[in-house]
Amino acid sequence: MRLGEMRYIVNNPDVMLRLLWQHIVLAIGALLIAAAVSIPLGYFIHGKQKLTTAVLGVLGMLYTIPSLVLMILLLPLFGLNAKTVIVALVIYCQIILVRNVIAGLDAVNPSIIEAAKGMGMTKAQRFIRVQLPLIMPVLIAGMRLAAVVATAIATIGAMFGAGGLGTLLFNGISQGRFDKIIAGSLSVALLAGSLNWSLQYAEKRLDKIARIRAMNPAVSQKTPSHLGMRIE
Amino acid sequence: MSLAQETWAYALGHLDELQQATLDHLLLVTSALLISLFVCIPLGVWTSRSRGTANFVINGINGVRVIPSLAILFLMVPYMGVGLDTAVVALTILAMPPILVNTDAAFRTIDPAVKEAAAGMGMTPRQILFKVEFPLALPVILTGIRTASTEVIASATLAAFIGSGGLGLFVQRGYAMYRPSILFVGAIPVALLTLAAEILLSSLQRVIQPPTAAKTA
Repeated sequence: MRLGEMRYIVNNPDVMLRLLWQHIVLAIGALLIAAAVSIPLGYFIHGKQKLTTAVLGVLGMLYTIPSLVLMILLLPLFGLNAKTVIVALVIYCQIILVRNVIAGLDAVNPSIIEAAKGMGMTKAQRFIRVQLPLIMPVLIAGMRLAAVVATAIATIGAMFGAGGLGTLLFNGISQGRFDKIIAGSLSVALLAGSLNWSLQYAEKRLDKIARIRAMNPAVSQKTPSHLGMRIE
Repeated sequence: MSLAQETWAYALGHLDELQQATLDHLLLVTSALLISLFVCIPLGVWTSRSRGTANFVINGINGVRVIPSLAILFLMVPYMGVGLDTAVVALTILAMPPILVNTDAAFRTIDPAVKEAAAGMGMTPRQILFKVEFPLALPVILTGIRTASTEVIASATLAAFIGSGGLGLFVQRGYAMYRPSILFVGAIPVALLTLAAEILLSSLQRVIQPPTAAKTA
């Protein structure tokens, strides 16, 4: 890569920062909404075998739909704005997060729950103070994958007027401005990479703590494999 | 006119073009998938046998996997220009990680006792590879191919922006003219293609599932 091609980043730090910020708000905002939906959903369907299979089946099918297609299909409902992109992102992240919430809850040693019951904890207390901290490493592992996916899809979201770093890519292609394409690709790759690495670090830290707390080395091994998972 | 009627009317009015675009799309997808299969299956067998290579290659691949597909597609343009070749190269890069990672995992997780039994029966290493390991690994490799094909069908739509043709042509046109009906003419066949690929490959997976290997990824 020639140095001259980096000129867009060097010459337009204000544009870069604005688009980066838009991208982060879009991806992380959607991720947080997705987590707020998936944790209760996973908690509710956990342990109900048929319901879990049905919900995961539907969510898996939604994940198969290409993100561009999903956003186009949502377009008449939400219009040409960030809302369409956010809804698509939330739908997309569900399968990853719900799967991990359920896997995490399944891996919690039942005797720990019994002990919490015996101490007189209510259901809500048990969830917030016992189960949630224990499933945190698995949940963060899901959040990591979801963050990478959300960053990627938010890039395509620029087509639908959501802003973000994808704007540089689409403008660059239509104007034949290679410096914009390079600026957009590099920055979005760096963003996805740094989200991935920082959450990976958090995952490792939390995992150690959880293992010590639970004295249950199996917890971390129960993270669902993402071999069959597509990252957009 | 409602959106559905408008979409239908546009599709009927451009039937020849739609047919050609679908064929182009399929050609794009199959060539990218075939190239990555030829590269990644031997590579995966190799990495599954040597720890050092595996760490190096798989970590590298995981690093690449984090980059959004749109960035990979568009980043090709400054170096290769626009056109079909560029799109095929980019799509091949996108198809490689799932196939490689799954092939590596499939061969790595084969029970060594099975291989030893095969060797004890007097099979040559080549026979073990093709008659024992491959059939056992195939379901997991197919999972990777499934992931890759969904990925490639989806990304091939975006590849129209870098001049590949295919169904993304309608998406590109609908986007430029801001006509949701034209966007739909591109989007619906793509959705159907992903669904068809998913059904086809998952039933294939069920057929070839060897009775002994109950565990897949």
